[in-house]
Formats: sequence, structure tokens, C-alpha cells
Amino acid sequence: MSTRGERVRMVLCIAVLVALPFVLNNYWLGIANAIGIAAIGAIGLNILVGFTGQISLGQGGFLAVGAFTSALLAGRAGLPLPLAVAGAVVVTATAGAIVGLPALRLKGLYLAIATLAAQQIIEFTIRRWRWLTEGRGYLEAPPLGALGWRVQHAAFERTWYWVIVGAAALGAIVARNVFRTALGRSFMAVRDQETAAQAIGVNLTRAKLTAFALSSGYVGLAGALTAHYTEIVTWERYTLDISVTYVGMIIVGGLGCIAGSIYGAAFLMLVPPLLSALADAVRDTAPFLADQLPALQNAAVGVVIVLFLLFEPRGLDRLWRRVKEYVATWPRS
Amino acid sequence: MTQFIQLTVYGLSNGAVLALAALGFVLIYKATNVINFAQGEFLLVGAYAFYSAFVVLHLPAILAVAVGAAVAAALAAAIERLLLRPLIGQDPIAVIMVTIGLSAVLKAVVQIFYGTTPLEMPKLLPRGSVAILGAIVPTDRLVAIVVAAAVFAVFGAFFRWSRHGVAMRAVADDTQAALAQGISVNRISALAWAMAAASALIAGVLIGDIAEVSQNLAGFGLIVFPVVILGGLESVPGTIVGGAIIGLVSQYADGLSPGASQVAPFIVLVVILLVRPYGLFGQPRIERV
Amino acid sequence: MISREYALPLNGSTLARGQSLLELADIGLAFGGIQALDGVGLTVTQGTIHAVIGPNGAGKSSLLNCVSGLYRPQRGRIALHRSGGAAELVGRKPHEIARLGVARSFQNIELFRHLTVLDNLMLGRHTRMSLSLVPALVWFGPARRQEIAHCEFVEEVIALLGLQDVRHRPVGTLAYGFAKRVELGRALCMQPAIILLDEPMAGMNADEKVDMARYLLEVNEVAGLTVVMIEHDMEVVMDISHRVTVLDFGKRIADGTPDEVRSDPRVIDAYLGEEVA
Repeated sequence: MSTRGERVRMVLCIAVLVALPFVLNNYWLGIANAIGIAAIGAIGLNILVGFTGQISLGQGGFLAVGAFTSALLAGRAGLPLPLAVAGAVVVTATAGAIVGLPALRLKGLYLAIATLAAQQIIEFTIRRWRWLTEGRGYLEAPPLGALGWRVQHAAFERTWYWVIVGAAALGAIVARNVFRTALGRSFMAVRDQETAAQAIGVNLTRAKLTAFALSSGYVGLAGALTAHYTEIVTWERYTLDISVTYVGMIIVGGLGCIAGSIYGAAFLMLVPPLLSALADAVRDTAPFLADQLPALQNAAVGVVIVLFLLFEPRGLDRLWRRVKEYVATWPRS
Repeated sequence: MTQFIQLTVYGLSNGAVLALAALGFVLIYKATNVINFAQGEFLLVGAYAFYSAFVVLHLPAILAVAVGAAVAAALAAAIERLLLRPLIGQDPIAVIMVTIGLSAVLKAVVQIFYGTTPLEMPKLLPRGSVAILGAIVPTDRLVAIVVAAAVFAVFGAFFRWSRHGVAMRAVADDTQAALAQGISVNRISALAWAMAAASALIAGVLIGDIAEVSQNLAGFGLIVFPVVILGGLESVPGTIVGGAIIGLVSQYADGLSPGASQVAPFIVLVVILLVRPYGLFGQPRIERV
Repeated sequence: MISREYALPLNGSTLARGQSLLELADIGLAFGGIQALDGVGLTVTQGTIHAVIGPNGAGKSSLLNCVSGLYRPQRGRIALHRSGGAAELVGRKPHEIARLGVARSFQNIELFRHLTVLDNLMLGRHTRMSLSLVPALVWFGPARRQEIAHCEFVEEVIALLGLQDVRHRPVGTLAYGFAKRVELGRALCMQPAIILLDEPMAGMNADEKVDMARYLLEVNEVAGLTVVMIEHDMEVVMDISHRVTVLDFGKRIADGTPDEVRSDPRVIDAYLGEEVA
């Protein structure tokens, strides 16, 4: 935050964020909201994967834990919404610690497989455990509201926008704080060189568990917000495909980079609507696109992951930095 | 009792198929140290590739298998060349994630070209049933076990006696020494991936015939991971034992509570990680510092 | 010889010069069929530079790894003497041993590649910093104050090792000589009771070796830090160490002052080949 250029950019960012709800229509505002929630989840995943070097395929499952917990706490248990969301964050963080426990003693690839197992087990549970949805197959989540006030239908997207942007901004700031401190540094030490990290006194298991719990807390928040935003919780939103999409977000955006998580979330959340718009545009000449939209979206995620890993593994953040460098040194570059 | 025997046969036949798919995973890991998250999708692609050759192109069964295996092998070799080789020397995380991306692409491509409804395919394995100890078991499942065993025997012979097979074992044992002997590690990597795709294809053909050819095969393919963790990431005998155990446990779980077969393998996986993480036949790797 | 006043003490040990700091007794280490160490023992005295030498494969790095906890010897004891008594190191985890005051560097540089020099050095302060989650989330307040306080210490080490110009560079971009210095710096930042160096001069040219030797002498003589080093450069070993232990095929074949070792026939036989003048 020290240079003048950075300060100018920050002011511009804030100005754009504030102006957005007045400029976008409801459809695109809804997409902005989806991006905001995804950004929170992506920051969480990046804390674990990009900053601590541990792989997780369980993002979908943990989003589900956050969503179901918050919906149940606010709905069936009658807790006020902010408390329910906070409860969801804590529960999901704890779930992360539990899932991490067996595999964190072992090498990274075991964690990837263990989180895959967690994903499958959680998916199975939310599909089959009838108590969760009282047999209906879906769970309704109370809409946004606290202390008697409820979100108005007319200003639905706009009200949610302020909540989500606030939560995402807070999440980004807190994450950045962590990585300025000894705790966050120890995560990065674990990522870069486990042996040396031990040699300077880092308790590997404790560091990885803390990273996993912190990461899961973020994901729980994203899940809880999704639940109350869409006002319904169903298992279809929390599959392995979602886990892979989030992995795509942090690769595209930039591993180990908070801003990158946001870029990546925006990038991948824009793929479905853009593909949809494309399919609509060519509907007459190529109806095949519209028919195959879900599969194309999944294909796009995979292709994007592979392309970025091959050609720009540091993600959009790196690309953006290169652009800035180029602009800064032009025309002498 | 009869149900027990049926479940046992179902479990062993599923296990045989899983062992074949897991064999490919272990081959890649032993030869190149890469965790192939797309191995389950290789099984899926294999089944659909065979379908294309057998049903769409009307090739006779054996030829269809051969053509399918060749196509799968070529595809895998291309994947190794284009996706994995450029990433040598990068963070191991990058390699794992490229296979994750690959799995998403493969699954989606199959969905785009063939849709989500199960495909109609004429039976390949013999129909009918046999009586074992009073229980009626379908013949196709027994034949599948035999076929899988035969494929394992062929692979075993290849590793024991063929030059390339021995070279592969050398690379798996000590890459530097193998390089010093003039063995082309690149070629061995490509060979490992090709063989992995071929064994996954045969697995896909078998399970496609026993069950169905549909997107569900991707979910079935994921069960490769509990098998290799149980057996040991580098162990070929481990795939056989692991496959058998996972297959049996799933079916027995289904017998106790229908549908449990989907989650039982992963619960086994978690238990193994807690109790004996390197698997039944695996060994912890010593790293020199 | 440079004399500096240190604002903060580099030496983490409170023992007096001359007392036993680290005692290894009868260390036995085997990998499968290979006996890497066989009954090795040595004593490191507070305030000395103690060199461990021997041909390749003699077991020197394995010995260091036993002390720092990366390998677990099948037999033997390693005692680290402290003001409150002696701590047994065998069986402890590496991070516990680091917290007891054992710092080390590695044969292949094991720095945190993606982090800056400053971050790497600050990580040396890890054992003395609080890792509480809530203050870290908030940043303003205790966490920020802690960062500033420890930054001061790190600046001492930066000044000592001449790293001012590269403090914000990611260590992955550093020249080899600088990287080795950063590794030494990270160990120094731990304020250790004892520092283990695995070939600190490896791969350096003559000038860099002179610099490194100077740093080692400085921290040893001015700050009183005890140094154990594995080294192949015999001139350096004979020049700066107070005591030398020689290993060959996992066994200790000599232990004494540099002069004693230099003229020991067993050492010459095993290793030096000809007399070192």
C-alpha cells in the first residue's frame, strides 16, 4: 500500500466496486454476487493450496458442510442469521481439521487422495441422509435478514451485493494479514521446504492443520452465504466438479496470491454465462452448443486448468504484473 | 448363503476390473512418479472408445478391443508428451493438478460426444448363469475375472521377459542408473502411460459389459484410488489384493445397506490412511537430505 | 578480525566457555543393510568451532541429521547441555530439537525459494514468535508489534552478513554465494545454542570462502556461538577450527586439535593421502 500507483489503483478499485450495483442490471449483478462468494471460497482454497502447498479436492464437500450447517442453524434451530453463518464457519473449520488429521502426517499426494475420499463421503452423506432435508431431497435456507429486517425482493441483488462485497473484502484483508505474520510465514515455509521448516522449529502437523482449518473456515463462509443467497441447499451444487472448478480458479488466478484468487474466481464464474451467451448467439447455426452447455462448461474448466499450467503457471496475477511492468517501462522496454 | 456367494462373485469381478485399472495407475507412478488423477477417466474413455469401434464401426469384438487399446495408448502417449513432459522439474503440485484438469476434460468430452444416457451395446461376454454351491451367478462376471487374470499374466510376462518391460522396471527402481545404462526415460514414460491406458481400456470394456456404458463409469473409476492406497502406490500385487478387498467390501456393504457400495471404498481408504498409510505392500520412501 | 557490538545476543546458550555443550555417545545408524554410523561419539565444547571431516560417504551428514532429528539412530545418546540440565535429543522431532536451540544449514541449500531474503531470515525467528491465530487475523496490535520487534534482530544479522542489497529479493534468484549466506543468516536468527553447518563453503570461490570464514570467526569469537561444521576444504578446517573429529566408513578414527589430527597416521591413511603442511 506504499506506492502512489498502488494507492491510486486501490481508490479506483473501490470506486468501481461502489459504482457496480448502479451500473449493472440484475442478471449481471447476480453474476457479480456469485463471483464474490466464489472469491471467498477461492481465497480459502488458495490459503491451503497456494500458500501452504497442500492439495485439496474436497472444496465441494466443505462448501456443503457450510451450507447445510448454516441453513439448519438458521432454519430448524432458529438462530439469527449472523450467528448461523458464524456457526457454519466454525463447524466447517473443525471439519477441515478432522479431515486433515489422518493425511497431514503424510506426503502431499496422500492429502489429495484423502480429500477426494472426504468429498465422496460428504457427497454420499448429503444425498442419502434423509434427516438433513427431512426427506424432501432439498433444504430450504432462510433468506437474508436479521433483527426483524428482511431483504426486500426489489433490491435483492443489490442488498446481497453489499453483504457479499463486504464479506469478501474482509476475507481478503484478513488473509493478507495472516501472511504478514509468523503464522502465515510458517505456512509458506511448509510449502517451500518442509525439511528446512522443521529445522527452524515449525511443527509441520500443527501448521498444516491450522492452514486446513483456516482454509475450511473461509469455504464454510462461502457455503453459508450460498445457502442463504439461493435460499435452497441441494447436493448437486457440491460435487467433485465444483472442487475441480475451484482448483481451476486458483490456478488461473495465481497460486499463493490473494488478488489472484479473486481474478480466478471472476474468470471461471464468467465462463458459464459467457458460454451461455455464445450458445444463444449461435443457436440457429450451431444448436449443438446450447444442448451441450453443462458438458462444455466442465470441459472449459479442464482446458483452462491445463492451458494455464502449461503456459502461465503463475496465473492471471503474473500476467497482470507483466502488463504493469510493460506499461511502466514503455516506451523504453 | 446364496446371497453371500453372489455378492462374493460380484465383488471379485468388480475387484478384478478395478485391479486392472489400478495396474495402470501403479505403472505410471512407478515409472514416472506421477499421480494420474485421470486414471478413472481412462477407464471411462476406454469403454466409450471400445463402444465406438464395436458398435459404431461394427468391428468384430477382438479387433475392436485391439483398435480401442491402440487408440487409447496413442492418446495416452500424446498426453504424456504434451501435458506431462513440459512440466518436468516444476512443482509436483503442478503435475497433480494437470492430471486433475485432464480428468475434467476427458469426462466432459465423452459427455459431449456421447451424451449422458447409457449406451446400448450387444453383450460381449457370455450370457447365462452357473450354479456355485447352490447360488446362481452370472457367467459374464466369472469370465471377466478370468480375462482380468489373463491380462495380468500377460503384463507379468512382459515385465519379466520383454526388453522394454525390464527397462521399465529399471527406470522404476533407479532412474539415474537406468539413464546411465542408455535407457530412454522419455520412451519408458510414454510406454507406461500407453500401457496404463490400455489396461484401463480393457477394464472399461469388461465393466461396461457387465454393468453399462455410461457416465457412471467415471464414478466407478474413482474407486481406483482406494485400491491403490490399500495395495500400496507402487505395488502390482497390491492392485490385485487391493482390488479384491475393495470389491468384496463394497458388495458386502451393499448387501447390508443398499447403495453403501458407493461410499464403502472411501471409508476403507480413510481407515487405511490412519492405520497403515503406505498400504499392504507399500514401503515408505526414504529421502536423503 | 572485526569487533562489533551486538545490540542483541546471537548466542542462545548460557553455558560458560569450555563447558560441554553437545555430547554424542555410541551413535549407531543403519539404513537397510548399510551401517552409516557405527559407535560414533564426540563432545563439543561451548565457544569452539568443531569440524567434522572425512571422505565422502563417511557418515558426516548422517551424523548431523541425527543431531537435528531428521534421522533416528538405532542406538546411542545425544545430550544437549543447557542451564536447566541436559536434554536428550534422540527420539525427539526435528522441530522440537530446533526449539531447544539447535540450528543448522544444509548441504544442498534448503531456503524457502519463493520468499524474500527478509522473509527467510524472519523465519529464523520462528521459535521465538507467537503463532496465535486471532492476533494474526487482526494484524493491528500484538501481531504487528511482534513483527517490528523481530525485524530489528533480523537487521542485525543482515548487517553482519552484508545482505542489505538483497533483502527484498526472492532467494530463488540469488547467486549461490549469497544463498549460502542467507542460510547461515537464517540459522543465526534462531539465536541458537549451537549451530550445525553442512559444508558451508561448498561450491564457493576463494573470495567467498574468505568471507564465510570471517563470518564464522566473528560469530564464534565475538558472540561466543558454538559452531559444528562439516567441511572438505582442509585449509579452512585447519585454520579456523579448535577441534577436529575425523570419520571414516561410519566410525570415528581421530579426534583432537587440528595439529594432532593432521599428523595422525590413521587420518593420513584414510583421507589425506599426503601430509598437509
